[in-house]
Amino acid sequence: MDAISASRGLLRMLTCGSVDDGKSTLIGRLLYDAQLIAEDTLAAITRDSRKHGTVGEEVDLALLVDGLEAERQQGITIDVAYRFFTTGSRSFIVADCPGHEQYTRNMATGASNSELAIILVDARKGLLTQTRRHSFICSLLGIRHVVLAVNKIDLVEFDQAVFDRIVAEYHGFAAAFGFRTLAAIPLSGRFGDNVTQRSPRTPWYQGPTLIEHLDSVEVDEDAEALPFRFPVQWVNRPNLDFRGYAGTVASGRIALGEPVVVAASGVTSEITRILGPAGEQQSAAAGEAVTLCLAQEIDIARGDMLAPPAQRPAVADQLAAHILWMDEEKLLPGRQYLLRMGHAWTTASITAIKHRIDVTTLGQLPATSLALNEIAVCNLSTAQKLAFDPYGENRLTGAFILVDRTSNRTVGCGMVQFPLRRATNIHQEAYLVDKGARAAAKGQRPMVLWFTGLSGSGKSTVAKLVEEALHGAGRHTYSLDGDNLRHGLNRDLGFTPQDRVENIRRVGEVAKLMVDAGLIVLASFISPYRAERQMVRDLLAPGEFVEVFVDTTLEVCAARDVKGLYAKAMRGELANFTGVSSPYEAPEAAELVLDGGATSPEALARQVLDLVERFQAG
Amino acid sequence: MPSLPPHLKRLEAEAIGILRETAASFRNPVLLYSIGKDSSVVLHLAQKAFAPGKLPFPLLHIATGWDFRAMLEFRDRRAAEIGARLIVHTNPDGVAQGIGPLSHGSQVHMNVMGTEALKQALNQHGFDAALGGARRDEEKSRAKERVFSHRAPGHVWEPRGQRPELWGLYNTRIGPGETMRVFPLSNWTEFDVWDYIAAEDIPVVPLYFAALRPTLRRSGAMIMRDDERMPLEPGEEIEMKWVRFRTMGDWPLTGAHESRAETMDQVLEELRASRVSERHGRLIDNDQEASMERKKREGYF
Ligand SMILES: Nc1nc2c(ncn2[C@@H]2O[C@H](COP(=O)(O)OP(=O)(O)O)[C@@H](O)[C@H]2O)c(=O)[nH]1
Ligand SMILES: [Mg+2]
Repeated sequence: MDAISASRGLLRMLTCGSVDDGKSTLIGRLLYDAQLIAEDTLAAITRDSRKHGTVGEEVDLALLVDGLEAERQQGITIDVAYRFFTTGSRSFIVADCPGHEQYTRNMATGASNSELAIILVDARKGLLTQTRRHSFICSLLGIRHVVLAVNKIDLVEFDQAVFDRIVAEYHGFAAAFGFRTLAAIPLSGRFGDNVTQRSPRTPWYQGPTLIEHLDSVEVDEDAEALPFRFPVQWVNRPNLDFRGYAGTVASGRIALGEPVVVAASGVTSEITRILGPAGEQQSAAAGEAVTLCLAQEIDIARGDMLAPPAQRPAVADQLAAHILWMDEEKLLPGRQYLLRMGHAWTTASITAIKHRIDVTTLGQLPATSLALNEIAVCNLSTAQKLAFDPYGENRLTGAFILVDRTSNRTVGCGMVQFPLRRATNIHQEAYLVDKGARAAAKGQRPMVLWFTGLSGSGKSTVAKLVEEALHGAGRHTYSLDGDNLRHGLNRDLGFTPQDRVENIRRVGEVAKLMVDAGLIVLASFISPYRAERQMVRDLLAPGEFVEVFVDTTLEVCAARDVKGLYAKAMRGELANFTGVSSPYEAPEAAELVLDGGATSPEALARQVLDLVERFQAG
Repeated sequence: MPSLPPHLKRLEAEAIGILRETAASFRNPVLLYSIGKDSSVVLHLAQKAFAPGKLPFPLLHIATGWDFRAMLEFRDRRAAEIGARLIVHTNPDGVAQGIGPLSHGSQVHMNVMGTEALKQALNQHGFDAALGGARRDEEKSRAKERVFSHRAPGHVWEPRGQRPELWGLYNTRIGPGETMRVFPLSNWTEFDVWDYIAAEDIPVVPLYFAALRPTLRRSGAMIMRDDERMPLEPGEEIEMKWVRFRTMGDWPLTGAHESRAETMDQVLEELRASRVSERHGRLIDNDQEASMERKKREGYF
């Protein structure tokens, strides 16, 4: 075994800079100089250089790393690529992050997994808006070590004045970012100056080469010095005699006999065994993947966090966080997203966007929604209590991702600022007269008939017929629709996507109270988004929410045009009109689909009544 | 046992975390066991990840009918030693049509007996996550591969449909018909793999070590004739040579190189001095530019 190899461990870093600043070339140069480029690979890129290269007859080192066909054809980098090299004393993983304006998302991804950032600047262009943007994102994501690589120094005749000016300017604005080390190096990725070889063409530069610096920079964040945190990943229960909690120590260290507490439940125990990759251990430290056994059999599941009783994490279901939005579809306050923190998954919604951050000026802007690559400080509310630390104190226990509930796309990421306390004296009262009692008094099973469909599809017409029939049969009912809510409770809401979400959230809460009161609720709302209909469904007990999709085509609705709205929308006089200038997401698994084009309203009502009768009987 | 160098310890912990994540997040995961050095490492790590329990998932080998015999022997022995459930699948349609690398060429063969066979097996058993030993340093188009690589229905890899992976907070959620490929060795290099095999004394197929073997030269590559199905062309002859292999695959498509590296230390030494890439010995990859990327879109591992 080669003992000296990588004895200083692994350094993870990312490169950032604008398009064409030379990121790919620099990484290609590092690989090339580290002699990691095999002869056959070099032969292949020499051939490719003629086809795709940007440097004439020379070998284009960027082609060593620009992989996907699409990006080679366009000569750009699209996605984060990971590269590996070793210097003999340290191993490196480099995330090559594209520099396009719209790829903040990729940079954040690279930065989240890195300890150090190389920020490239084209010596000819100096600092750009992007440089500031990238530095801010690195800082926000917790990068504490930065190399300012003043690249293409060959193109400014190795001029010290140019270098000094750029460095001075950078020091000016980087002060706010809290970087612990900042090394500025004049270099040429293309020709190799000051990359691994000290350049004779910059005699005025006394500092280390890029590689010398990377090899020696101390990035040990001392995760071991932080309080012990152990997010439980998997409960290992192979037989009745063994019960262990598997996971990776996020921070701190733990030893046999030491006490731990399950953060959310407050139950304590102590460590009796520690199983590591090579067998039994006396202790375990940050970064180690182990299995812990405890003295008592207590209730612990994946998603729980173990911590020292004297140094507990925050436990809360309300928190303030920086959110970076990564999806084409906007973040909407009030909408439910899935949230993953540690190994816990729960649902969450943004209760308030406190302000958006202009990543160029770092100024605060008001915002009602967040678009792709935007960053904001938000308040969140989660369905379950979570255990966490502020991101500034602990990167691994203070981070989370947000996932779209329908598409499962990762739509955002977040960094916790602090927990928020809920008013502690509003207890949920347990009443003797409960939902069951109220429903029994009415002799019915409460439920929500949720009619969704385009404007003019026939929702209200059918709902009205259904309600009349139910009322005639002695049922207790209530109808909710735009007419009786938008004039009162929801008077303050318009038709923007975020207002639509809030509209449905309130309708859902009202419907829930009415179900609690024992009523059969008929709700007729266009409710164009699947996610909001799902949100209402989740508010109610299983089975209580019955989705009725009034499936009438846009053509039929527009031809009917009872309120003359389609004509207006098509003339462009009505913004955000569903079906015309705003999307409608048809249900995928509605309990009932009504063919609203062909069948008479009476026949459609009959179908709904049959379903209600079955529900009441069963 | 001497303790691992810090960077290997970190890679080991990361891989164990990914294996556990897969077991915890999916209904029916499987470990794709290709019998090569990488999947031998994954298997070793999986044993550690779930100890003292057994592997919570079966092993799947896609046999093409042209695997080295030494690989098959090794496979059966290892599975028995570990007590793992082993599923072997071969594409029956390909067998019926007599598909092979010599008669149909490497592309058709790999597509039918490799890619299609894998999809068949995943579908038949309803596996929703498949663990594999692929590494990002293997090839350029792999450098952007996710640890949890999402596949749309039909096992389709869409470059733009891949999810950002932050802090190791993997998004393991999938919809109906969707699957995940999982790569615990994403951040390992070929050197890391060998260093780890040496440090942990992991059994690997003997073909990785030099021995006197029957070889012939064909289109610039040195082929080890593992059975009689490869007729000699005029001018070709079988020579006994000291050779070894750097990657495993189907024997007519895997080039050997001359070597006297018979021990682990000698293999490591040879590797450090080598100036050709790992994939050099794979006869399928040089087919066309960006061929890996295209294969991946079609569902190749
Ligand atoms: N003269 C000179 N050209 C460079 C240097 N670094 C990169 N380039 C050229 O700048 C262009 C863009 O480089 P590339 O690495 O693709 O930039 P990226 O978009 O940041 O990855 C290519 O034509 C490179 O050859 C350098 O240090 N000096
Ligand atoms: Mg690039």
